[in-house]
Amino acid sequence: MSDKIRVATTSLAGCFGCHMSFLDIDERLLKLAELVEFDRSPITDIEHCSDCDIGLIEGGVCNAENVHVLREFRKNCKILVAVGACSINGGLPAMRNHIPLEECLNEAYIKGIGVENPQIPNDPELPLLLDKVYPIHEIVKVDYYLPGCPPSADVFWTFLTDLIEGREPSLPYELVHYD
Amino acid sequence: MSETITIDGKEIPFKAGQTIIEAATAAGVYIPHLCHKPGYKPHGSCKLCTVNVNGRRCSACTFPAATGQAILNKTQELEDNRRKITQMLFVEGNHFCPSCEKTGNCQLQGVAYYLAMKDNHFPHFFANRELDASHPDLLIDHNRCIFCNLCVRASQEKDGKNVFAISGRGINKRLIINSKTGLLKDSDIEVNDCAVQVCPTGAILEKRKGYSTPIGQRIYDTQQIDQVSLTQETVYE
Ligand code: SF4
Ligand code: FES
Repeated sequence: MSDKIRVATTSLAGCFGCHMSFLDIDERLLKLAELVEFDRSPITDIEHCSDCDIGLIEGGVCNAENVHVLREFRKNCKILVAVGACSINGGLPAMRNHIPLEECLNEAYIKGIGVENPQIPNDPELPLLLDKVYPIHEIVKVDYYLPGCPPSADVFWTFLTDLIEGREPSLPYELVHYD
Repeated sequence: MSETITIDGKEIPFKAGQTIIEAATAAGVYIPHLCHKPGYKPHGSCKLCTVNVNGRRCSACTFPAATGQAILNKTQELEDNRRKITQMLFVEGNHFCPSCEKTGNCQLQGVAYYLAMKDNHFPHFFANRELDASHPDLLIDHNRCIFCNLCVRASQEKDGKNVFAISGRGINKRLIINSKTGLLKDSDIEVNDCAVQVCPTGAILEKRKGYSTPIGQRIYDTQQIDQVSLTQETVYE
């Protein structure tokens, strides 16, 4: 194994917006690639985490599979980072939290406008939904938080370069946003 | 000779009858606050303004300034406590900033940014709160109410009405509206009332105004709340 810093990333109940914003570091990606090696991530298609230094989690936890993935990351990553509003407070998916799950499913798959062949998906391959969408710190211990919807490319860059160069990460005022 | 207090070692003059926060603001010292607003009767409920006065915790917005007070304000411990209080406010309601028209102009957000709050720390309540969009020009989203009581005071003290009250305790506390149906449309509130403009969060909103300033160019996107507070208190004043 190389002595590069290993980074894993995933999107749970997120929209991949945080990942897109990460890619917005543009040509700085080349510099980053000299320093880090990506492990499990949509960027690599590696399916399971091995030992990593940094795990970046986008999205909250909405179903049983999210719980497994999050625990796999926590087990394998020395530093686990909640990336974006959804991982921090559940975000927009958590706006279903005050509606009973059955009502949500009925609205989407039975009574919704334009629904054909109404039925609630029930394939054994589908992960079961949780009663609510949970922020990740309610399931595992989280080491750092990058707020934003999404956090800007500069947030990713500042945070990762701080960490890689051995500084305690710190974001200046202009980089902290909840929106 | 004018009388003085000290805040974090700095000598600050005060006039008889002034609270600590009033004397501090006049001298250009920011004490974080949410339920306090100059010109309104103090309420003392959010506890964000808690300072240490001669070794004792006091709310700066209610406690009178008095000779001989040595006050601590911007200490690590007090700022840590204020961050915890702010996190509790975030988990008690449903504060989804990306979907809120007030984002960037919200004082709850401004205070949280100032305190470098990155997460909500506590488990979320995900409380079930209502939205009242019945009024043609206004809406009230109870998910975002922090019970600062400012709209209650504004309606009574400034508008000469009595539109709002806070009812219940603890987790069941809620803002109620003085109308037969309990809906905003049947109250005598009007869009230019102080009670509408005073809300520090996105709980009371004017309709069709939400995005007149783009996100990214709003108050706390560019300025920290201490500077905003000391120069103009709020734009809605
Ligand atoms: S509606 Fe706004 S002004 Fe009224 S108590 Fe709630 S947060 Fe305060
Ligand atoms: S500002 Fe003093 S208690 Fe709220």
